[in-house]
Amino acid sequence: MKLFQRIFFAAVLSGLAAGLAMSAVQQWRVAPLILEAETYENAAPAAEHSHDAGTAAATTEAAAPADDHHHDEEAWAPQDGTERVVYTVLANVLGAIGFAFLLAAVSVLSGIEITTRNGLIWGLGGFIALQLAPAVGLPPELPGMPAADLVARQAWWIGTAIATGAGILAIARLRNWTGLAIAVVLIAAPHVIGAPPAPHEPSGVPAHLATAYAANALATGALFWLIAGPLLGWLNERFAKSEAFALKGAHA
Amino acid sequence: MTTATQTSTTIASLSISQRLTAGVLALFLGLVLVGGVGFASDMAIHNGAHDTRHALGFPCH
Repeated sequence: MKLFQRIFFAAVLSGLAAGLAMSAVQQWRVAPLILEAETYENAAPAAEHSHDAGTAAATTEAAAPADDHHHDEEAWAPQDGTERVVYTVLANVLGAIGFAFLLAAVSVLSGIEITTRNGLIWGLGGFIALQLAPAVGLPPELPGMPAADLVARQAWWIGTAIATGAGILAIARLRNWTGLAIAVVLIAAPHVIGAPPAPHEPSGVPAHLATAYAANALATGALFWLIAGPLLGWLNERFAKSEAFALKGAHA
Repeated sequence: MTTATQTSTTIASLSISQRLTAGVLALFLGLVLVGGVGFASDMAIHNGAHDTRHALGFPCH
């Protein structure tokens, strides 16, 4: 279980650090845009595409528009302000550790070691597979923007992430024209199939808010991946070396 | 040079079953965490992770 312990601690620590760094930038550049969009969302007369619409858990009761808040009033929700920020940071860090585990798992299963030197490439691969490629079809959306059915979008998101990741891995593993051809097909396929299109409805959210949001959300995500990749590689190498030293010491 | 060889062979030198066990466990943990934060339909989880879902580009509502 030595290998698992090593990647476990490397993933937890790199996810924690990169997730906290991302949270800081996110609170600065991204969260204010979400809060601003919610003022338009709540002011919009058509509450049909608010939080509850399309959510699998939403009942018809829950879909009834509330006066000042579109969340399901039956369910718990953090209070705006500190509590909301704390839960967002917590969710960020848990998600970030999850992303780091996914990178580590792909590394161990594919046999391509993640190191300090190639960590940036791993981070770039993670960013392209898990953020950029899904965002091409489903741009980061603000609350209150009209969107297609939730489950259909989630399915397309997951399919795109897997296909893109597999495509990148094909290049990394095969390193020849066949690998490149497989990658082109896998990476292009989700976009040829097409993401569930957003309904052509007017949105209460101003366009400048939406464009600023998409750019800042992706940039913040890129920052996360470019920290997480090299950090995971560095920790992985460090732990591997200390393991080797420990073994040497035991045999001396 | 020696350190480079040492680290680059770390994974390859381990047995397939060791790699498979560790890799599948890590994959499982990653999927549970990302799935919980990004996709769980429970409304309390949705509300708590709401801003994270929007910020990371997960389909939210």
